[in-house]
Amino acid sequence: MQLGSGFDRRLTPYIFAAPAVLIMLFGLLYPVVEALRLAFYEVRLGEQMTPQAFRGFAIFAEALSDSSVRKSMAVTLQFSVIVVFVEMALGVGLALALEKPLRGMMVFRTLLVLPMMIAPICVGLIWRYMFDVNVGPINGWLSVFGLKPAWLADPGLAFFAICVTDIWQFTPFVFILALAGLQGLDQSSVEAAKMDGATTLQIIRYVKLPLLAPILMITILMRVIDALRGLEVVYAMTNGGPGLSTELFSLHIYKSAFVTQRMGHSAALSIGLLVVTTALSALLLMWSNPLRQKGR
Amino acid sequence: MPDAFATNERNNNAVRLAAVAAFAAISILPILVMLSTSLKTQRQVFSGDFSFFMVPTFENYRTVLEGRFLGYLGNSVVVSLFATVLTLVFGTMCAYAISRFKFSGRSPIAFGTLLIRTVPPAVLAIPVYFIFTPLHLDGLVGLTISYIALNLPFTIWLLYGFIEQVPTELEEAATVDGCGPFRLFFTLILPLLKPGLAAAAIFTFRIAWNELVLASILTNRTSRTLPYGVYLFITDVGIDWGQLMAAGMLVALPPLIFTFVAARQIITGLTAGAVKG
Repeated sequence: MQLGSGFDRRLTPYIFAAPAVLIMLFGLLYPVVEALRLAFYEVRLGEQMTPQAFRGFAIFAEALSDSSVRKSMAVTLQFSVIVVFVEMALGVGLALALEKPLRGMMVFRTLLVLPMMIAPICVGLIWRYMFDVNVGPINGWLSVFGLKPAWLADPGLAFFAICVTDIWQFTPFVFILALAGLQGLDQSSVEAAKMDGATTLQIIRYVKLPLLAPILMITILMRVIDALRGLEVVYAMTNGGPGLSTELFSLHIYKSAFVTQRMGHSAALSIGLLVVTTALSALLLMWSNPLRQKGR
Repeated sequence: MPDAFATNERNNNAVRLAAVAAFAAISILPILVMLSTSLKTQRQVFSGDFSFFMVPTFENYRTVLEGRFLGYLGNSVVVSLFATVLTLVFGTMCAYAISRFKFSGRSPIAFGTLLIRTVPPAVLAIPVYFIFTPLHLDGLVGLTISYIALNLPFTIWLLYGFIEQVPTELEEAATVDGCGPFRLFFTLILPLLKPGLAAAAIFTFRIAWNELVLASILTNRTSRTLPYGVYLFITDVGIDWGQLMAAGMLVALPPLIFTFVAARQIITGLTAGAVKG
């Protein structure tokens, strides 16, 4: 290299990496460390972390025994299991049925992506309108049967409504990933099974699904992590209510920080959430590490 | 016999086409509901008989744009554009360093980045408030910094894959010709990464444009961005659905347009990480 001495050349990668690394340290890592520190203090919005406000692990213990926290955990667990299960079943099922190249598939895939692209706040508001008891289109259509359920005012129905919304938004995601996976499968093993006289269902059960398993596991993990991170859709639709019936964990953290203003409580919960999402993220890395896909 | 088979195949195709068309229709129906509601008068909306047919009126859009909304729109455009451009430049540079150089700190940066990409916004909200406010970084500057940080992991990770596909012989030849590492990067490598940059740009812009949680705590009346502006249409006295949907359409429009223009890049971005190749 003409310009640089050996010293300059050794410096080059650091100069390339520095801006990104500094911004991530300041905007991601430092806040996470600060959240960890906050979790030990009992402070309200605008207050400082003084020694007098130090509570140690008491805040964690309190948070874990709090009934609204437990309720929110239960709601989040139920929500994640239900939506991810339904999305996987529908998305993978449709991908298997529509696997062969179809004319116009690109157009359809474009339309399917739309629900994931628009702002979550819009998704929440659209579905709040869809499920509105008086003016909503769903009750408009149901009025033919003389039905007028108060979707968002009933705990069970409201929970159902937020599940429907998530399934609407993310089934296409599973579909697109599963379809891409199927189209990348090694066709020779499918052909071999056909030669051996396997039925379509047998081929799916014993050839395609096992080959697809790594992609499906990754998809499940990505969906679970997203379900744990999201709060905007529910914030717009129900704001966690009625009662705590739709209070997802992320929403609970946000509300306890900025509505009831219990910062320490909220920070302690957010550390819990962070541990779970990071563990899932690490699991995801074990299966699919983009840094190990050399030569691709 | 061959004829029967052909007919069967054709029917089969028709069924599959109908199925995927129905799936797509369900995906866009609620968005069409938003569009049609935004074009209705208040009386039509509150009649309770939903219909896609009406004489369209732009009254709702006019009312929405007469308020503070236009200012929010400007804020959103500024924040999203700055965040996107800076994320792409810094992210690609970092991905290049990880891909092409061996240096101490390479592995911690690479794995730290990958691990931190799933930090929930709700986890960041409280500490970011505590850190940014005393530094007077609340407002649009702080928001832009947050969005760059939030988007860097995905961008680095996506662009890394694209850089790995560029043969190193190219750079070796350029180096022999006396081209320094920075000129090499900006004039030779960057142009080759266009598809990856397009995908990363769309995802970054989308996150910055749509984000609500950090925006709601870092901005005030003058520095609000669109998503929170839309949320403010929900008031204690009730919701004017027509206006709300008009505001929602304005927020949804840029991502919708991007999707139609660059569907292929979006699907590349969505499947990156799960599906190789």
